[in-house]
Amino acid sequence: MTAVTDHSQGDEGFRLSQLLYDTRYRSVTIQIIALLALIAGLGWLLNNAVSNLAAAGQDFNFGFLGSVAGYDINQRLIEYDSQMTHGRATLVGLLNTLLVAVLGCITCTVIGVIMGVLRLSPNWIVRQLSAVYVEAFRNVPVLLWIVLIMGVMIKVPPQPRAFRGDNPDATMSLWDSVAITNRGIYIPRPTYEAGSALVVGVFLASIVAIFAFRWFAKKRQEETGQILPVFWVGLGLFFVPAILTQLVMGSPIGLEYPELAGFNFSGGIHLRNSLIALWIALSLYTGAFVAENVRAGILSVSKGQTEAAASLGIRPNRIMNLVVLPQALRVIIPPMISNYLNLTKNSSLALAIGYMDLTGTLGNITRNQTGREMESVLLLMAIYLSLSLSISAVGNWYNNSVKLKER
Amino acid sequence: MSDTHANTVAFVRETQIPQSPPPATERGIVKWLRENMFSSVLNSILSLLSIFFIFMLIKDLGPWFWNSTWNAENLAECRELNSGACFAVINERWPQFFFGFYPAEERWRPVLAFLLLFPALAPVLFDKAPRALLVVTLLFPFVAYWLIWGGSIAFPLAVLLGFVLAFVIWKALAKTQPTIALIVSVLVLVLYQLVVGGAGLVENILMGILGNPEDGPALLAFEEVESRNIGGFLLTLILGITSISLALPIGILLALGRQSDLIIIKYICVGFIEFIRGVPLITLLFVANVLLAYFLPPGTTFDLILRVVIMVTAFAAAYLAEVVRGGLAALPRGQYEAADSLGLDYWQAMQLIILPQALKISIPGIVNVFIGLFKDTVLVSIISMYDPLGIVQPILADSDWNGILWELYGFVALFFFIFCYAMSQYSRYLEQKLRTDHR
Repeated sequence: MTAVTDHSQGDEGFRLSQLLYDTRYRSVTIQIIALLALIAGLGWLLNNAVSNLAAAGQDFNFGFLGSVAGYDINQRLIEYDSQMTHGRATLVGLLNTLLVAVLGCITCTVIGVIMGVLRLSPNWIVRQLSAVYVEAFRNVPVLLWIVLIMGVMIKVPPQPRAFRGDNPDATMSLWDSVAITNRGIYIPRPTYEAGSALVVGVFLASIVAIFAFRWFAKKRQEETGQILPVFWVGLGLFFVPAILTQLVMGSPIGLEYPELAGFNFSGGIHLRNSLIALWIALSLYTGAFVAENVRAGILSVSKGQTEAAASLGIRPNRIMNLVVLPQALRVIIPPMISNYLNLTKNSSLALAIGYMDLTGTLGNITRNQTGREMESVLLLMAIYLSLSLSISAVGNWYNNSVKLKER
Repeated sequence: MSDTHANTVAFVRETQIPQSPPPATERGIVKWLRENMFSSVLNSILSLLSIFFIFMLIKDLGPWFWNSTWNAENLAECRELNSGACFAVINERWPQFFFGFYPAEERWRPVLAFLLLFPALAPVLFDKAPRALLVVTLLFPFVAYWLIWGGSIAFPLAVLLGFVLAFVIWKALAKTQPTIALIVSVLVLVLYQLVVGGAGLVENILMGILGNPEDGPALLAFEEVESRNIGGFLLTLILGITSISLALPIGILLALGRQSDLIIIKYICVGFIEFIRGVPLITLLFVANVLLAYFLPPGTTFDLILRVVIMVTAFAAAYLAEVVRGGLAALPRGQYEAADSLGLDYWQAMQLIILPQALKISIPGIVNVFIGLFKDTVLVSIISMYDPLGIVQPILADSDWNGILWELYGFVALFFFIFCYAMSQYSRYLEQKLRTDHR
């Protein structure tokens, strides 16, 4: 009885039960079984798909992207008409998705940061109001906000014909430059005449100059400890040179104002209701999440940091800029990336209000017109997947660049 | 000593002056206002702006609520009767909001199922609830299915029997052969459901005893209700609760798989999680709606609600997996090593040491995923199912109520707000209860 032999260490050869009971082999067994199950499962699905497509007399190819689309897209960034291909329509849709995603990311950040800071304000009533905003938007589905705001956009503003006549019911806002109607918002369109290239060039150069100045100011601060007014100089550089050139050259960049022609406005840029509603709803909804992240980020910096900075004699706004924010940003940035991702993915809900984004073109009209359900949906998923992966790749790269460098 | 004192000092006060009250600006409501609302110029401006904003809101919304109409045939009549909100539409259409197109005389069944939900959830959510209620929890899915979809009890009973069989086998073998017990019981369950259960042998036997509702009167059978007639908040709750309870175990397994040392398992999990997280839910619903039929054997059809539940569950599970992975990663390495040094095997270590701590850390994230899932169920209105948001469309298209907006969407929003806010409050309660660091 006492002479128990340890089989696992002897050279008694390999027995089948070791595959299950010997930890050295068990992991291999499990993995091989999992792999086989996966391959079998995928093969089964693929086999079904092939036989189903064959039964329906369909094949699997993306040739339909080259055929004529035959439907119109009213909101577009590039040239498109109904005689162009489904591929072109998909591209228009993708650009529309990107448009609303970029606009939404910018505004949701602005709204979120303001509301997040206000939630920590010493002012009781402001704190309560921002809490109400955050809870109201976080706890109600974004799709509901989208259709509700779309409904408001259609019902509340006046019709274009209300702007007619000598004593109109409605007037244009912002010195007769913007018309808010129930068909959308008309804003002035910039027109480029001779010499406008110079203005644009000066503007681009001043943006480069802002970054150069920031780099210079940082170097200066590290060497001498002197802090330069980066914000004000940046603000000045952003506006002053370009406006000066514009005035000196005799205003080469003009504005084409929307004008009432017949029963509708013409000229200017027409922002459709669907774009505005989607933009507002996504910004407000995601802004509520951003506000919570900003609040959590600022709270995560321990009070001792602020107090230590204050005891060194640093002024309050510099404490915020130099001590609290750099530390809070490390907590804020990772969830911000996923907020931007969510906003981009939620923009696919445009389908509900008829904004022609990627889901509206490829995922809806093209899919229904061509009957290529499998190809359309798979391509749609692939495009969204690569979009998400690139956003998170950029986000992670930025996160790594601001992360605390530990050794 | 005291003599000298008395001689050198003209007057010594022997009693303390009674404390005078703080100045009027430093007490009561004035102090509170000064500190909390008017502490600086900027704060004063912000406060005044906020008060103005609230005033405007009350000025507009107050009369709107005050002058609301609850009884009217259509919107025109509403507008004639009173100037405010027209809640008559909700008064008229509430059965659709709650039940979709569920047959009117059978509505007590979902209501009963909803009431049973409380005793079923109580032992899971609150540790003070009696443990005996767990039986209700385990039986609830089968009872609720039977109540809501109707038909003979034979089908849910046959499925339940499979689970009981698997459990008995597992119990019998678990003492001696834990691994084999698990494998055998899962195999038994799968084989039973595929071969015997469902439309199979046991159901037929039970039908033979109870009678088939399609042939004539049968015991314990309700009128069948089709899935496309189920809608409203009932559909939201079915989708939400089923997906939440299925997504949690799957999400935990995915998270464990992603952290696993087994390379192949790890990459399968990573691929699944990243794929699902990278695409919008609406595309997955397209898959459920039109694509799933291509990937199944020809002739297979299964219920749209079930297809949606599968997709929503997969979606939520991927997000949950990331939340739980965060919890697993936050645990100190020593916890894993301590479990190893005690000689626990992988599942024991996870069950007894790692998961209780990791899940506790990830509670806020888990509840956030649940809230997100619950809200995302409204997306099914896009694939034309009649959830509360989908119900609004036909009402708006009705000429009686054409033009109504705030009342309908406000009602739906209120429902979601109540449920989601309750969930977030529950997560706070849970965090408080499980807090063990005595800070």
